[in-house]
Amino acid sequence: MSGAAEEAAAIGGPVRTARVVAAEAAAGRRRIWILVLRVLVGVGFVALWHHASGNWVDTMLISSPEAVGARLWRWTLDGTLASNLSVTLYATAWGFAIGCAVGFSLGLLLGRFTLIAEVLDPYITAIYSIPKIALAPLFIIWFGIGIESKVAVSAAIVFFVIFLNTYSGVREVNPLYVHVTRIMGGGELDVLRHVIIPSAASWVITGLKVSVPYALVGTVIGEFMSSNQGIGFLINQATGLFNTTSVYAGIIVLAAVGAAINAALKHIEAHVLRWRG
Amino acid sequence: MTASIAISGVRKSYVARGREVLALDRVDLDIAPGEFVAFVGPSGCGKSTLMNMIAGILPIEEGRILHDGREVRGINRAVGYMTQQDAVLPWRTVAQNVALPLRFHGYAAAARAARVDEMLESVGLAGFARSFPAELSGGMRKRVALAQLLAYEPGTLLMDEPFGALDAQLKLVMQEQLLRIWTARRQTVVFVTHDLAEAVTLAQRVVVFSGRPGRIKQIETVSLPPERDVFRVRFLPEFEAAYTRLWEALAPEIRREAAA
Repeated sequence: MSGAAEEAAAIGGPVRTARVVAAEAAAGRRRIWILVLRVLVGVGFVALWHHASGNWVDTMLISSPEAVGARLWRWTLDGTLASNLSVTLYATAWGFAIGCAVGFSLGLLLGRFTLIAEVLDPYITAIYSIPKIALAPLFIIWFGIGIESKVAVSAAIVFFVIFLNTYSGVREVNPLYVHVTRIMGGGELDVLRHVIIPSAASWVITGLKVSVPYALVGTVIGEFMSSNQGIGFLINQATGLFNTTSVYAGIIVLAAVGAAINAALKHIEAHVLRWRG
Repeated sequence: MTASIAISGVRKSYVARGREVLALDRVDLDIAPGEFVAFVGPSGCGKSTLMNMIAGILPIEEGRILHDGREVRGINRAVGYMTQQDAVLPWRTVAQNVALPLRFHGYAAAARAARVDEMLESVGLAGFARSFPAELSGGMRKRVALAQLLAYEPGTLLMDEPFGALDAQLKLVMQEQLLRIWTARRQTVVFVTHDLAEAVTLAQRVVVFSGRPGRIKQIETVSLPPERDVFRVRFLPEFEAAYTRLWEALAPEIRREAAA
């Protein structure tokens, strides 16, 4: 045991004992096992797909893993992937950013001014019930077939999720924390910064995690309807040509992007909410 | 000399389920600057209600409360308040919680860090500066709240059952610490407790509240010197005399509460 650890033990601080080390090792072994099993499930699925393709199901319908892999590789080499993916990601990111910013601000505002919130409540519920996808044609009329309409669709979807989560989070803040912080000398901005926003953070982050796939969905739907670029465009065009290999390749790209963004958000969540112990 | 806290004619009722419940009735009390006053009484006698009114959390509808000559209206930033429920912010580390009021009171970063270390040392939590409240026991969180309260040196301390969650030994240690700080700095202290022995050990005056509606039933002046040894004071005859008289005043209230 090092000197610092001994000192920590003497004053009752947290210490790394042999049991802590053993528990960490057990957790590490479990993680490795889960990883191995995950890879096996993935390999098993691809093997099944490979075997089914042409034997059980027409290749026309489900393509084959090697064809899809080759297509992805070709797209990577000839720049198709980079140019279309960047368009989709760009629109998604903007939609996500705008939806978050507006949703978060309005959620904070209405959470603090309950009278306005109560007055607006039935309208908010009504607008929330609209499937946001139904707004896509309208946005195309308003913003044209360029990137703006895709941004608008994904922003509209993300906005509601973030807005409602932020609003609920602010309503849930323990009033005792607010009182005590003000008695200690905190002003309204301090209360917002040190109490309300951190308290609402868990709700907001849940909202973020839920809305990332939606933002992607919003963009892709926009691209399906009218566009000349983007992963949604690639999939739509391939569908028109009965090119299932490209359809699958596009879907796999979308799945990978969604998973990657979610993993990043999980990381952020683990950091921001580390206090939950 | 003007009182630090002057409570006159304060009455408080709640409306719940179509009925008006009287929580506090006609409370008059003057607390001198630098005085240590304890409130005791059965649960629901309005002790915490009165504290919340002094702190400005609850509006004062009838009667008035003056604190250092100013009428309390809205949040009272001139007091330090250690609430009965846990009010340590769960998303800030122990050190960040203690530092929060120091930030609000304009301490520079270096002075803040030094003060936080000193306060955590004094409540025996030096090894936990970077822990989050969820990683601590209830008693440890109370000590964090105490360190936070004492760190920025408010002139008046409102403490609502601050040591209720602590075990008997730790309670004595914390009482000793509080008394030491109070004899050095002489803040005005209002201390709510359900522990009569604690009230007599610490306070110069003990105020007994009757059960609902809360009224002041008796005020006992403890004839012990302000500087006391919390471990031995309970064996002194003055302690016993005060304790006995207070128990005689309190016992019927407790029995009434138990029968209700």
